[in-house]
Amino acid sequence: MADEDETSYQEAKAIKEAAEWVLRLYVAGQTRNAVKAFANLKKICGEHLEGRYRIEVIDLLENPQLAKGHRILAVPTLVRKLPPPVKKIIGDLSDTERVLVGLDLLPAWKGVGNDEEEKRTKRQSGDI
Amino acid sequence: MTTTQANRIELALPKCPTGIQGLDQITGGGLPKARPTLVCGSAGCGKTLLAMEFLVRGAQQYKEPGVFVSFEESEQELMDNVISLGWDLEYLINQKKLLLDHIYIEPSEIQETGEYDLEGLFIRLGHAIESVNAKRVALDTLEALFGGFKSNFIMRAELRRLFRWLKDKGVTAVVTGEPGEGNLTRYGIEEYVSDCVIMLDHRMRGQVGTRRIRVVKYRGSPHGTNEYPFLVGERGLCVLPLTSLGLSYEVTTERVSTGIARLDTMLGGQGYYRGSSILVSGTPGTGKSTAAISFAQAACQRSERCLYFSLEEAETQVIRNMRSIGIDVEPWVKSGILQLHAERATSNGLEMHLITIHKLVNEFKPHIVVVDPISNLISVGTGEDVKSMLARVIDYLKMKGITALFTNLTRAGTPLETTETAISSLMDTWILLRDIENGGERNRGIYVLKSRGMAHSNQIREFLLTDKGADLLDVYLGPGEVLTGTARATRVAEEKAERAGRQEEIERRHRDLQRKRAVMEAQVAALRADFKAEEEELKKATAKTKMREGVLTKDGEKMRRMRKADE
Repeated sequence: MADEDETSYQEAKAIKEAAEWVLRLYVAGQTRNAVKAFANLKKICGEHLEGRYRIEVIDLLENPQLAKGHRILAVPTLVRKLPPPVKKIIGDLSDTERVLVGLDLLPAWKGVGNDEEEKRTKRQSGDI
Repeated sequence: MTTTQANRIELALPKCPTGIQGLDQITGGGLPKARPTLVCGSAGCGKTLLAMEFLVRGAQQYKEPGVFVSFEESEQELMDNVISLGWDLEYLINQKKLLLDHIYIEPSEIQETGEYDLEGLFIRLGHAIESVNAKRVALDTLEALFGGFKSNFIMRAELRRLFRWLKDKGVTAVVTGEPGEGNLTRYGIEEYVSDCVIMLDHRMRGQVGTRRIRVVKYRGSPHGTNEYPFLVGERGLCVLPLTSLGLSYEVTTERVSTGIARLDTMLGGQGYYRGSSILVSGTPGTGKSTAAISFAQAACQRSERCLYFSLEEAETQVIRNMRSIGIDVEPWVKSGILQLHAERATSNGLEMHLITIHKLVNEFKPHIVVVDPISNLISVGTGEDVKSMLARVIDYLKMKGITALFTNLTRAGTPLETTETAISSLMDTWILLRDIENGGERNRGIYVLKSRGMAHSNQIREFLLTDKGADLLDVYLGPGEVLTGTARATRVAEEKAERAGRQEEIERRHRDLQRKRAVMEAQVAALRADFKAEEEELKKATAKTKMREGVLTKDGEKMRRMRKADE
């Protein structure tokens, strides 16, 4: 059990510390949700991935064939292209905690350094 | 002017024919054109197939390309599933008449972080529609799509938007969905946002499954409200409407022989009407099958094709048994003019029987059809079901101008004039076979209970199975009794003897009288002779007396003269 945790931790750490993050945001026009999602994403990346991320915004209205090609149903959808594996997150990204969990920036099991992570760890262990 | 025009357009709601056998009849022409239709039903009741057939028929028959969006099965699976129905999806896809799109949804992959909508789906759908210029769209199934997302609130809104969007696109859409608990649909709003709701149902009764279809709602159009059985046949779905066939078939005055000469005589001398339906009912062993096969044989002899459904006996058994009464149908079977179709009633659901009959009738194009016996179908469905199925069969055959004969077994103990399925009212001619027990034996009686549109005999005849086929005999109708069989023969002999006896008696009395007259005349002669003799005697005596008196007188004078008397 401990070994598994250790591997998971190592993997999570590798992802967190990956040198290059490529994030794709699929939207359908300049909708309220799209604008909100982009703003939220910028903020999160700025806080957690300073200097090592790239955001690509894809407007499905301009490239409708990509909806099928990239299997997008809901918009906005955030796709983590790098580091692998591919991850999908839908919504306007207003729930920061869930975005971080979704991007593997916030492993639920071992918090490191971050206030929010610590809070979460404590909450889980029943300290708060 | 414009308002009336608009009204008129609304009055005649444009419809989109599905091409599915029978469905267009119960919907009065098809699904609402350019509007979404919800098809709901639980697993395995044929939703996907209905949606697919709608598109395939559209592409093949109505030049309307379609898009099939599947949230469950992959393109390849969809193609494989329907290849057995003869639908070559690959060909249609290559022809740009059909587009399959499998949208894979894995709920666990998706993290929801706030508000979103399904615009991506709409874009994908819109792109697909444009790429083949689709007029028809199928979405299969809603639950698989919306099950992939957690927010019920968003899903409800998106569901509404989806239906609206489909309408705006001007496509005729079939959206499939599963029924909710105690509700028609899962979210409870699908049926309100659809213009037409079709309910599919797969029900088990006993061990026999039946699929049913019902149009629950159809905005702006009248529709059949009944539940109709439907089948997945060899070429797709087949809905079997009852009422749509109506009662508008052509009738003919042409007659066909019953195959039993004297029965023809009983039916106004010519037999059944062509295209009518005939019921032959009776208790066990009264010769129903014989009456049926005689009819079939007569048809074969006229070179008419005959389709014989045997629900009790195997083909070979029918042939053997009928040979025992001198009816050899094997040559007819071999020459293909008679088709014996033996099948256990319980081997299939009612609808399957119905479709088998439809199919064989369509292929074989018979002049007459025999079903022996229909009472066996009771074991597969309830009386109501069987009746409605038979009504369908009868209507169908009538429409085709096929003469149909059905036999029905009346259970011992029930009144003879009943059929368990209460189908007698559907029949034009009803021949009743019964057994007549008398004098220690059991004989068969036959009579015509009813025969619409002809003067038929009201007599009971004895139904005789000889080694040369069936024949009818007069029964003995004495005072207060009906005799058949040996009793009849005995009674007839007795009567003959009685008649002979009476004749003799009269002759004897004649002779008696003759003799008496002779005696009388002899006596009269004797008396007359006596009388004559007496008369003669009297005459003689009188003469003698006279003579004597004469002599005396003479003598006296003589004496006086001799005495010389002084006086």
